[in-house]
Amino acid sequence: MSEILLKATNMTMQFGGLRAVDGFNLTLKSGELVGLIGPNGAGKTTCFNCLTSVYKPTEGQVEIRGIDTKSMKPWQISKLGMTRTFQNIRLFKDLSVLDNVAIAGLQHTRHSLFDSVLRSPRHYIEESRLRERAFELLSIFNLQGKADHEAGSLPYGEQRRLEIVRALATEPRLILLDEPAAGMNNKETEDLMNTIAKIRKDFRLTVLLIEHDMKLVMGICERILVLDHGVLIAEGSPAEIKSNPKVITAYLGSEETV
Amino acid sequence: MEMRDEAARSQALKSIPGPLIGIVILIAIAYLLDATANPYTQFVLTMILANAVLATSLNLVNGFTGQFSLGHAGFMAVGAYTSAWLATRPELAFLPDYLKFLSLPIAAGLLAAIAGYIVGLPSLRLKGDYLAIVTLGFGEIIRVILLNSEAVGGARGLYGIPAAAAIPSLGMSEFISQFSISSIWLVITFVTLWRIVHSAKGRAFLSVREDEIAAEAMGINITQTKVRAFVISAFFAGVGGALFAHTVKYLNPATFTFTKSVDIIIMIVLGGMGSFTGSVIAAAIITVLPEMVLRELQQLTGVDLRMVIYSLMLILFMILKPTGILGTLEATDILRKLRERFKPAAAQESK
Amino acid sequence: MDQGHSQEFIQHLINGISLGSIYALIALGYTMVYGILQLINFAHSEVYMVGAFAAFYVGKALGLADHPGVLALLVLIFSAVVVCSLLGITIERLAYRPLRKAPKLNILITAIGVSLLLQYSGQIIFGADPKLFPEVIKDSPLFSIGTVEVRSLDLTILIVSTLVMAGLHFLVHYTKIGTAMRAVSSNANVANLMGINVDRIITYTFVIGSSLAGVASVLVGLKYPKIDPLMGMLFGIKAFVAAVLGGIGSLPGAMLGGVILGLCEEMVVGYLSSTYRDALAFGILILILLLRPAGLLGTVTREKV
Repeated sequence: MSEILLKATNMTMQFGGLRAVDGFNLTLKSGELVGLIGPNGAGKTTCFNCLTSVYKPTEGQVEIRGIDTKSMKPWQISKLGMTRTFQNIRLFKDLSVLDNVAIAGLQHTRHSLFDSVLRSPRHYIEESRLRERAFELLSIFNLQGKADHEAGSLPYGEQRRLEIVRALATEPRLILLDEPAAGMNNKETEDLMNTIAKIRKDFRLTVLLIEHDMKLVMGICERILVLDHGVLIAEGSPAEIKSNPKVITAYLGSEETV
Repeated sequence: MEMRDEAARSQALKSIPGPLIGIVILIAIAYLLDATANPYTQFVLTMILANAVLATSLNLVNGFTGQFSLGHAGFMAVGAYTSAWLATRPELAFLPDYLKFLSLPIAAGLLAAIAGYIVGLPSLRLKGDYLAIVTLGFGEIIRVILLNSEAVGGARGLYGIPAAAAIPSLGMSEFISQFSISSIWLVITFVTLWRIVHSAKGRAFLSVREDEIAAEAMGINITQTKVRAFVISAFFAGVGGALFAHTVKYLNPATFTFTKSVDIIIMIVLGGMGSFTGSVIAAAIITVLPEMVLRELQQLTGVDLRMVIYSLMLILFMILKPTGILGTLEATDILRKLRERFKPAAAQESK
Repeated sequence: MDQGHSQEFIQHLINGISLGSIYALIALGYTMVYGILQLINFAHSEVYMVGAFAAFYVGKALGLADHPGVLALLVLIFSAVVVCSLLGITIERLAYRPLRKAPKLNILITAIGVSLLLQYSGQIIFGADPKLFPEVIKDSPLFSIGTVEVRSLDLTILIVSTLVMAGLHFLVHYTKIGTAMRAVSSNANVANLMGINVDRIITYTFVIGSSLAGVASVLVGLKYPKIDPLMGMLFGIKAFVAAVLGGIGSLPGAMLGGVILGLCEEMVVGYLSSTYRDALAFGILILILLLRPAGLLGTVTREKV
């Protein structure tokens, strides 16, 4: 039986009078690819923020590999092997593409700031390793040629891909992708989905994916969760979700195209 | 693996001579100036070194880590008073002079670093203006404490601070001693800070400036990073304060007001927040300008225009050129770009 | 003996409230601008300093020191208010408006620049040595309760500041401008979409905030008659602390914060030592930001302007 990587129990996030996420339950097993969908403002990103400790859930529990994350900061979550991308791209815009990736890989280096100040042999060993690793990852996404470019100067689609590369540099077991295909055309989206499938296999990753575009999620996810007004209204295989009347109402009610 | 270790060792060895050459050149300049320049010019030039230490250290927090400290004068004061006080202790008389004056800045820096740690703690919770005003508050508190400390002269100030002395047998006058020791510390400061931000490890500071939430999601402990920035910055502010103390030889709490912090801020704004070479250049300009140019103006008009011009500069730079002279570029980046621009031209000519 | 203590305490209480209401007036200016621009308007303390000098010169020109009384006081306040308002508008136009879309840090640095510019050009224009503010309200004991004296000056300060704050409350809650100001403060973009001219509201905010500083400057001139171009700095930062203490963006908060700070200072001076007076405000600031960053009234009854 595969290991349970992520488990949320009754996770609730209340902002003043608004319950943005209400009693969210989720169990993610190693190797799964699960989609989280729902209309605009359904609380999908808030879910991610709670899972990654950016917000402290007001109720409920989040466990990563059996460890309660209640008192943890987001950087500790990353050390547990879970990472994420952001819906509204949050790259280190003024830094180079290479630096963006290298910074994410820092937690796996063994040199101290002191090594770097003294420029000790260990500094050179670790930093060159970090660079090599960053180049490897960049080349998977065909970004190695842009290593010296400022991240903020990349075209939109490449910025989205760089976000994924950066997340992979933390060497995660579980990656949360927040609308990775937002703003991409059909061709780009298809490419991206292929890449996600590939890295999932190559890195033996577990993926939780927020997507707006239902078609796309249906294509690659094995299991789908549907969120509406902060509440989970359906869970199941793509086929089950497609025919679920609650889901259809939720989407039609908010004038979303299915 | 063997190959990699070997390469790393040779790279590490190669990193040693650079800073040493810098120090040797600066000491050579000290000897040259000793013979040629008048005492007043010598004093101004020594002040450039102390100010450059202060500006580069503030730039780590304000320019590279994206926090805004208005309390640098406080850390500087801690360092200045520590060094001045220790220099007069009979208990330290057993140390040879050069060792004593070279190492006093370490003590000054350590005490200032402790102060920096204390100030760094609230920075975990505060951002932008709030952090600015709290650091301003800490700076003022340090000043009020000094004002009330009779051991360091209180409001009267601290007189009779010994000038630095190094190795008289090598013909090192008071000026050469002070200039050399200041140069050594400027090189240490500059190289340390430069190597920090030019390493992946140190890029963590920049990632906090760029986007705290993303940095944290990538496993950067932003709390620790910010506190480190404050502590390192305060350490070198303390060093700068020590250099300042033995250059001017008289300290008064009134020197270390908010205006002093703003002086240093003007340097990093002018030079470019995020450029260490810019800070050094601007420190030189801001130190020399009032002495060379404004003095004449002041004699003509009979009023103190220094702060008026500084504040106007601050406003105009923010409105017209907020990146300062160099922005986030270093002088070396600009040299490289120039070389790249002229290289293709030269190549074509040869055809 | 015990009675002597409590009377001394009441005396400090009166002094504290009178000082605190001046802090409150200036704090209101900080809190209003912060509410709308999210900017610590460092120059606000210099607006108040210039107000004091405006009143000083008008008083001198009209020889008001020889004709003390309510009328003289009103003339001084009027002149300070006019000059402060004009200065406030000018600063906003020339220094802050060009940076409306710039990073916040740049605007903050500009604000510091404006503050220093006014301080040091003040030293050139007005001279660095202190001037004696015209004594238009003779400070005499009006009546006493036991041995506690209620002095005319403290009472004047209290009456004037209460009237001004009541006026402000009316303005913010019962006029069109006030409503628009509250709208801009809660969300400038939405207010803009609703057809509110945000730039104009910002100008009004500066006019009102600066006017309050003008009133405060005259009251300070009466209480501490030596005025000089650097008088604004420390007093201003303390008033800002008062605004943070009460909850930045909150008008009642600024008033409450001002009075609390005034009382605390007076008690420290009265019972401990006057040398730590200036460090006290910063101590309070650091504590409040660490323990309750939203300030005393900053969350629940948040009344932003």
